[in-house]
Amino acid sequence: MPDSTNVSRARPGQERFVAPLDETPLQAVDAIDVSAVPESQWKEAWKRLRKAPLFWASALIIFVLAVVIVFPGLFTNVDPNYKQLSESFNPPRDGHPFGFNQQGGDVWARTLYGARASVAVGVITTLLVAVVGIVTGAIAGFYGGWLDTIISRLSDIFLSIPLLLAAIVVISVVNNLLPDRGFWVAVTVVVLALGLFAWPQITRQMRGAVLEVKNLEFVDAATAIGATRLKNLVRHIVPNALAPVIVTSTISLGIFIVAESALSFLGLGLPSNVVSWGNDLSDAQNQVRSGTHMVVMWVPATALALTVLGFILLGEAVREALDPKARKS
Amino acid sequence: MTEVPLLELKDLHVGFRADRKKIVPAVVGASLTVYAGQTVAIVGESGSGKSTTAHAIIDLLPGQGVVTGGEILFEGQDITKARKDAILALRGSSIGLVPQDPMSNLNPLWKVGAQIKEALVANGVAKGKAADARVVELLEEAGLPDAARRALQYPHEFSGGMRQRALIAMGLAARPKLLIADEPTSALDVTVQKQILDHLDQLTDHLGVAVLFITHDLGLAAERANHLVVMYKGAVVESGPALDVLKSPQHPYTERLVSSAPSLASRRLTSARAEVREQAIQTATEIATELVAEEEHVGEAPKHVIVTENLTKVFTLRGSRPGSSVDFTAVDDVSFKLRRGTTTAVVGESGSGKSTLARMVLDLLEPTSGRVLFDDVDVRTLKGKKQLQLRRQMQPVFQNPYASLDPLYSIYQSIEEPMRTHDIGTKKERETKIRDLLDKVSLPSSIMQRFPSELSGGQRQRVAIARALALDPEVVICDEAVSALDVLVQAQILTLLNDLQAELGLSYLFITHDLAVVRQIADDVLVMKEGKVVESASVTQVFDDPQEDYTKKLLDAIPGGSIQLSA
Repeated sequence: MPDSTNVSRARPGQERFVAPLDETPLQAVDAIDVSAVPESQWKEAWKRLRKAPLFWASALIIFVLAVVIVFPGLFTNVDPNYKQLSESFNPPRDGHPFGFNQQGGDVWARTLYGARASVAVGVITTLLVAVVGIVTGAIAGFYGGWLDTIISRLSDIFLSIPLLLAAIVVISVVNNLLPDRGFWVAVTVVVLALGLFAWPQITRQMRGAVLEVKNLEFVDAATAIGATRLKNLVRHIVPNALAPVIVTSTISLGIFIVAESALSFLGLGLPSNVVSWGNDLSDAQNQVRSGTHMVVMWVPATALALTVLGFILLGEAVREALDPKARKS
Repeated sequence: MTEVPLLELKDLHVGFRADRKKIVPAVVGASLTVYAGQTVAIVGESGSGKSTTAHAIIDLLPGQGVVTGGEILFEGQDITKARKDAILALRGSSIGLVPQDPMSNLNPLWKVGAQIKEALVANGVAKGKAADARVVELLEEAGLPDAARRALQYPHEFSGGMRQRALIAMGLAARPKLLIADEPTSALDVTVQKQILDHLDQLTDHLGVAVLFITHDLGLAAERANHLVVMYKGAVVESGPALDVLKSPQHPYTERLVSSAPSLASRRLTSARAEVREQAIQTATEIATELVAEEEHVGEAPKHVIVTENLTKVFTLRGSRPGSSVDFTAVDDVSFKLRRGTTTAVVGESGSGKSTLARMVLDLLEPTSGRVLFDDVDVRTLKGKKQLQLRRQMQPVFQNPYASLDPLYSIYQSIEEPMRTHDIGTKKERETKIRDLLDKVSLPSSIMQRFPSELSGGQRQRVAIARALALDPEVVICDEAVSALDVLVQAQILTLLNDLQAELGLSYLFITHDLAVVRQIADDVLVMKEGKVVESASVTQVFDDPQEDYTKKLLDAIPGGSIQLSA
C-alpha cells in the first residue's frame, strides 16, 4: 500500500506534473483512419513483391522465357528440326549464332524451341501435383481420423521413394508398352510419372496448414453462423492455407523442369524426335567427353539453368512477400 | 541536503529506425525520477512507449531502437553515453529485470536452477557449490515451495505463476538497486497475480530495492506504486503521487483512463447501468409480446432463453503409457438459466472450463451428458433446417480479435456471410443492412471494403459484433470478447454491448476471467472453478455478500479494488 504521500512532501523530480494539452493532443479512442485505401492480403503481398529486386530479376527471366515459348520465330528463322549432316559442328555464322550440332541442326533454334517441351512438362506437372496435393492435404487435415491416417501413410510411402529413380522405373515400363509416342503422349507419361511421386510434399504442407487454420476462431464463427463443414473448408480454411503451397509449387516448377531434362538426358523422358533441352543435352554427351564443340552443351544447359533459377528466385520472392511476419497486423 | 535520485530520465527520446534515413519516434521527451527503495509505476496503453522507455534504461532496445536524445542518469551517471561494458556491468548487479512473458523468457532446455545460477555467475556473486545453494535460497525467497527440488526441474514443469517467481528470483539474484518489472503479471490469473505482487512488494521492501513497474492497469499501478507516471503516445502526460493522480486527474487522458479502468470505475458505473437495464427489460418484454401476437400457437415465450441442465463435458486425454487414457472433466454438472434480455457472466480463471461451457451452449461441442435448452428446445435434437434456425438466434463473439475474422474476407464479406448462408435478402438489401450494422457498432461504412489486417483490435471486435448481429440473434455469447483489448477500448466495447442490449433486447452469456468487467455488464454471475459452478447469484449479491471463499479470493484479487476513491 502506498504511503499517504502528499504534494508538499514530494521529492525533487517527483512533483505533480501535468503536460500541457497542446503538446500531446488527445485523440479519439481507437480512431479510424478513414482515408486509408482498402488492401487485401494478396494485394498487400503484391505490393511487397513489387519492391523486391529478386522478384523483378525472376520476372524478367520468366517474361523472356514466355516470349520465347510463344514466339520463337522472333529470335530465329531456322527450323529446329531441319538437319543437314554436311553442317555437322560447323561454327557460328550469320543466322546461326551458335553454330550446328553433330547432326547439323542449328543449336540456337533447337534451344529456343526446346523451351516449349521443358516448360510444358514443368507447368503441367506442377499444376497436377498442386491440385492433388491441395485436395488430399485438405481432406487429411480437415477430416482427420482414418482418412488422415490413410492419406498420411500413403504419402509417407511415396515420399520415401526418390523422385527421379521412381520416375525412371515407371517411364521405362510405360515406354515398353507404348513404343510409339507423339509429343503430347510423351509429355503426359513424364508428367504422370513425376506427379505420382511428387504429390506427397504438397499434401503434407497443406495438411499442416489446414490443421493450423481449422482451429482459428473465424472457423468457429462460421460454424456458428450455420456454414456446413464443407463450406467452411472451401471458403475459409483452404484459401487461408494456400500461401505455403504456392511458394513450394513455384520452386518445384523449376525442379520438375530439371527432372524432365534429367530423364530425357537418360533417354527416358521425351522421345528423341521431340526438340527439348534434355534431348539436346543427351546428344551433347559425346562432346562433354571429348571436350570439343562444347557449345552444343553450353547453350541448352545455360537456358535450363536460367529457367530453373528464374522459378526458384520467384519462389523465394513470393515466400518473402507472403511471410505472415512481414504482414502488418 | 539534496538526495541523489537512483534513476533519473531527462527528456528522453527514443526512436526506431525504419530505414536508413527515417527514425520513427516512440518516446518523445519522457522524464521521470526514481528514488532508492521507491516503487514507481509507468502506466499506459499498448503503443504508449512505456516498455520502450524501460528497455532503454538497460540498453535492451530491440534491433532498430536508438536513443535519440536526452539523458538516463543512474546514480548520477549518464548511461546513454556509457560504454557497452559499463552497461553490461550495470545489468543484473545494479538493475534487474523481470520480463513480461513468463512462458517465453525461460530457456526450455535448461533447468530452472541452472538459469538462475547463470545470473549469479555472470554477475560474479557466487560460483560452483555456493551458487547452487544461493539459487535455492533465492527461489525460496521468491516464494517457491520445495525450492531445492524445483531448482532441478525444467521450465515446462512449472506453472505460469511459478515461472514468474523464478524470473523474479533471477532478477533479484545479484541484489540490484533497481528492479524493472515489465508487466510482470499480465499473463497470469488474478489470484496468482495478487500473490506474486504481494510477495514482490514484501521482498523489495525488505531488500530496499526500488521498483520501476510497467503496467497497463491503472488500478494495479495505484495499488502498488508511490509515484505514478502516465504515458500517452510516447510522452509523459501526467505524473505525481499515485493517489493524488488517481483522485484528481488533471490531464484529460488520465481522466479518461481513470474513468475507464474497470476495477476503479465499476462501482460508479452501476447507476448508469440501472437505467440501461430497465430499458433492456422493457424492450425484451415488448419483443416477447410481439412474438406472442405474431405466433399465436407459441403462447408466451419462455422467461429463460437458455437453460442448461447438468451439463458435463469429459475429454479423454492420452495417458502416460501408449494406449492408456485419462479422463479429464472440463465442465462438471453445470446448470444455469439465462433470463431473456439480461446478461449472465461466467467468471473463472484459466482452466475453469468456462470456454468449454460456451462452446457447448453454442452447439459447437457435444456435451458428454446434460442438455442445453434454447427456448425450451434441446439444441442437440435439432438437425438441418431447424438447426440452422437455432444458429440464427445464437451468435458468438470470440476472444482473439486477430483470429475471429477471416483475413482474406473484406469487412463487407465478413458481415455479409451470415446473411448469405441463410439466404436473407437481395444483394441490395444486404448492403443496406451491413451499413446499418456498421452504424450500430459505430464504424464508418467507408471501411466496408477494407480488410481485417487494416483495423485495430477494438475495431475488429466491433466488426465481429456486427457480424454476430447480422442475423438478429436473441442471444450473443461473448467468450472473453474484451479481454485482449486496452482498457479504453475495452470500456468502449462494453458500453457498445450495453447499448445494443438496450436497443435490441439481447441476452448475453458473457464469459470472462475479469471480475471487474462483470460488475459493469452482468446481471447474474456464475463463478466457475475446475469445471464446477461454485457460486451462482445476482451481481450485487456476489459483489456485496460473496458466499464462497473462492469468490472472495477472486474479489480480493481485483487490482485496485481496495482503493477507495472519495468521489
